[in-house]
Amino acid sequence: MADRIKLQVARYRPEREAEATFDEYEVPCPKDWVVLDGLNHVKDRIDGTLAYRWSCRMGVCGSCGMMVNGEPKLTCATFLADYAPGPIRVEPLRNFPVVRDLIVDIGDFMRKLVTVRPWIVREEEKPLSAGEYLQTPEQMDDYKQYSMCINCMLCYAACPVYGLDPLFIGPAAIALAQRYNLDSRDEGAAERHRVLSEHEGIWGCTFVGECTRVCPKHVDPAGAIQRYKLTAAVETVKAFFMPRGA
Amino acid sequence: MTPSHDVVLVGGGGAGLRAAIAIAETNPRLSIAVVSKVYPMRSHTVSAEGGSAGAIGADDSTDEHAYDTISGGDWLCDQDAVEAFVTEAPEELLRLERWGCPWNREADGRIAVRPFGGMKKKRTWFAADKTGFHMLHTLFQTSLKYASVVRYDEWFVTRLLVDDGRVQGVVAIDLQSGKIEAITARSVILCTGGCGKIFPFTTNASIKSGDGMALAYRAGAPLKDMEFLQYHPTGLPFTGILITEAARSEGGYLINKDGYRYLQDYALGTPQKEPVLRTMELGPRDRLSQAFMKELEKGRTIETPYGHVVHLDLRHLGEKKIDAKIPFVRELCRKYQNLDPVKDLIPVRPVLHYMMGGVHTDIDGATPLAGLYAAGEVACVSINGANRLGSNSLTELLVFGARAGKAAAEHASRNLEISQSVLGQARDEHRRIEQELLNKKGSERIADLREEMQKTMEESAGIYRTGASLMKAVDRLRSVQERYANVAIEDRSKAFNTERVSALELSNMLGVAETIVMSALRREESRGAHQRTDFPKRDDKRFLGHSLVHRNPDGSARVEYLPVTITRWPPAERIYGEAAPHGGSNKAPGSSLPS
Amino acid sequence: MSPGQVQPEYRQRVLPPRVSTLWWLGKGTYFAFILRELSCVFVAWFVAYLLLLVRAVSQGDASYQEFLAWSATTPILLLNLVSFLFLIFHTVTFFDAAPRAMVMKVGRNRVPGRVVLAGHYAGWAAASAIVCWLLLGA
Ligand SMILES: Cc1cc2nc3c(=O)[nH]c(=O)nc-3n(C[C@H](O)[C@H](O)[C@H](O)COP(=O)(O)OP(=O)(O)OC[C@H]3O[C@@H](n4cnc5c(N)ncnc54)[C@H](O)[C@@H]3O)c2cc1C
Ligand code: SF4
Ligand code: FES
Repeated sequence: MADRIKLQVARYRPEREAEATFDEYEVPCPKDWVVLDGLNHVKDRIDGTLAYRWSCRMGVCGSCGMMVNGEPKLTCATFLADYAPGPIRVEPLRNFPVVRDLIVDIGDFMRKLVTVRPWIVREEEKPLSAGEYLQTPEQMDDYKQYSMCINCMLCYAACPVYGLDPLFIGPAAIALAQRYNLDSRDEGAAERHRVLSEHEGIWGCTFVGECTRVCPKHVDPAGAIQRYKLTAAVETVKAFFMPRGA
Repeated sequence: MTPSHDVVLVGGGGAGLRAAIAIAETNPRLSIAVVSKVYPMRSHTVSAEGGSAGAIGADDSTDEHAYDTISGGDWLCDQDAVEAFVTEAPEELLRLERWGCPWNREADGRIAVRPFGGMKKKRTWFAADKTGFHMLHTLFQTSLKYASVVRYDEWFVTRLLVDDGRVQGVVAIDLQSGKIEAITARSVILCTGGCGKIFPFTTNASIKSGDGMALAYRAGAPLKDMEFLQYHPTGLPFTGILITEAARSEGGYLINKDGYRYLQDYALGTPQKEPVLRTMELGPRDRLSQAFMKELEKGRTIETPYGHVVHLDLRHLGEKKIDAKIPFVRELCRKYQNLDPVKDLIPVRPVLHYMMGGVHTDIDGATPLAGLYAAGEVACVSINGANRLGSNSLTELLVFGARAGKAAAEHASRNLEISQSVLGQARDEHRRIEQELLNKKGSERIADLREEMQKTMEESAGIYRTGASLMKAVDRLRSVQERYANVAIEDRSKAFNTERVSALELSNMLGVAETIVMSALRREESRGAHQRTDFPKRDDKRFLGHSLVHRNPDGSARVEYLPVTITRWPPAERIYGEAAPHGGSNKAPGSSLPS
Repeated sequence: MSPGQVQPEYRQRVLPPRVSTLWWLGKGTYFAFILRELSCVFVAWFVAYLLLLVRAVSQGDASYQEFLAWSATTPILLLNLVSFLFLIFHTVTFFDAAPRAMVMKVGRNRVPGRVVLAGHYAGWAAASAIVCWLLLGA
């Protein structure tokens, strides 16, 4: 195995360039180095101006998503050696505005997230002294998978619908809405329904399925969306026949 | 116009978000700013695995939780703080349940609790092996519903604004645009987390650079118990990923380069095939880390490109057991270090894990500086004393985050004017950042200085310390400090200038490193995580007290002592292993297995 | 004030996202997706074809015969063959999504996806069988 590998890294400095360019760096490639380690090597030893986000280096903070050879990846969980002999192309996540080098602006997602009310909604709250709301392990299984989202945005980068229609609310936000809808403690499904059933909500999704394939945490956002479509359809039919709500 | 709020929170981790919600609920009219250098849900609370302690079992009591905590902390905890902590812990955890945290449940739907190192009873609430992740996302998503909370995502705070003896705001850089701005407030709460990155091998994320400690210290608030840093005995070298204790309690062996279970040489019992509680691999965390150091001295460790290691051997457990009992260990090894514990030995070494010390606060999170509060790992109340018990710190974020929030809200509700002079200070800071960090041509690489600092700390202020090693560290740090004046910053861009951030973080770490070394030098005893080979015994006569390090006007450090608050549990000896403790069953010694 | 507020953002010039017109060639799954979108045209064609058939039948035997002859011309045969393949493709991918959308429970256990999928195919087979029986058997 080659002990060094070439990284072709996308650069964009707004004060200097109107378009993204590529810089090439050669970095060591031991078995246990991930793409992020390669970037850190560049930053520490070769070119301190390279900008990217990272923090935990254990796949849980969701900062380090980038396109690696055209695929959205967590760079802290993507080994350099798997791409030997290289070169490896590292670019910012697709479908987002690029702020700088490998850093994208995810403000759009943060705003959309709020619109699906990702918190427990209840009419009435039991006092703390009354203890916990009971929730069996089976009831927890109903939503647990959707609660595993680390907001890494890989699914948005993989979703062509989001790329073509930036109004589309997107996989992770819908999965998180479902996370609360399916929680036995929650009563907010009706409020969320209004947002999700808009055209840019679930109906924007045409089931490409890429979001689920790239998700590093097995959240299955595509499944969440399909599932909600069925719920929404049933709701619509119900509303048609029982306008006053049964 | 200068943005202005009633309360500014620096940090959006567990402590910061809990505080934000507490303020919003205490007084909905207050405007709250959450200023964080990363998006709040990326904060390091996200990586905590094990769980969060709060006594709810029928056979458990808050007194027992308090005793475990105090004995575990080698009697350096303030007992009034611990009592408040254990009392409020269960309701805080329950509140998180209300907000949606997916705590693991019993079959009948009630909250499940698990045993945890150093805790005599089962009292650790957990959300699978991603407790911190679920807590943080629950808090973050819940915080979104409060209209009075305004977020400053990816803003880096560089300075506290102080006038008239009161903290009145902060100066921060908006990383996206590079804009430097003052944000004024009547109360400021520091929730910036720990400082693990001062050391070369750490479980802490790259963002944990002790910024809050440095901010407070420079503004004139003292730091407390800074010599107490916790090592975890089994971290992966290089990445610092934590291999949980469970790997050892399921039967993993620690072996040296000869394949020998070396712990038997350090009064930790005799090797058995099956794991025995409190012996060998299940001995107390500090003792395991110390044994590693002894092996290193004897030349019986394994050298790797990332320093010396020993091996954690799980192979004899077999694939089935590993997958059933410790799947996350296997996942971490495979996904992030490219090795498989079913076939490979896992290289491990002690890694820095947690900072017990921090900004000195009272039981309400208030620092001696009016208007300044602190909560979470950045603060030292102190409930952790000389050694934190695993699963206490996540709970600490909630209990003291909420307390600091309420106290800061109250302070902010008073009619306090923002002085004009702080805006002048902000302009000075603006100039300093632009001049020192954007328009300067130095020649010292940030990474070189950082590595030199980390090496210094590991070698001189690590698991074992001596007066001589610490003196050497003072000199070495000073020379790094001098070289820092000539630091090279090639990046001239204003947009997301991460090199400038790295330089500011380095400067913060250097400041904090100095306070650690100075405090360690003064404490001529061994207690909890602070082990002086030249003073191997605990010395209650001279040192049953908190060290407080102040910054002198000339920039030098001054260490003073503050008595420990003792309410109901007089200092006793901390005993490990089979030896029975004094005082019957409910007074068992703590601290054997913190995570 | 609304929930989840963020401070006004100052920005440097960002690079807006761009999607190339040929993005769907970049990847097998994207291509399959475009094919599926395209399959709707053929579904529509079958609907139109059916309507034409109904009209032809309603106008008497002569026009029905004419319709049959027209249907037997090569272009229409080809078109129908292609449409048929697209419809199969559409159905299969639609069924693939079904287990994800339908979460059914028997007692405490979720019905496994394979069973849901098998149910769909069984339904399809039954419907086809009825059609065959109508056409051939009766
Ligand atoms: C791997 C690991 C496992 C752990 N497991 C457990 C466990 O099982 N149980 C347990 O009780 N404890 C555990 N801990 C400890 C516990 O997770 C931490 O002590 C705790 O999460 C710290 O939370 P915090 O809110 O104080 O800080 P953090 O979550 O670290 O948040 C700090 C915040 O401050 C912000 N910030 C910092 N500096 C600045 C600045 N200059 N300007 C603006 N913003 C800034 C950051 O952006 C961030 O939002 C673990 C720790 C680690 C490392
Ligand atoms: S759903 Fe998966 S891919 Fe999308 S943001 Fe969440 S964790 Fe990332
Ligand atoms: S660095 Fe946190 S997910 Fe990769």
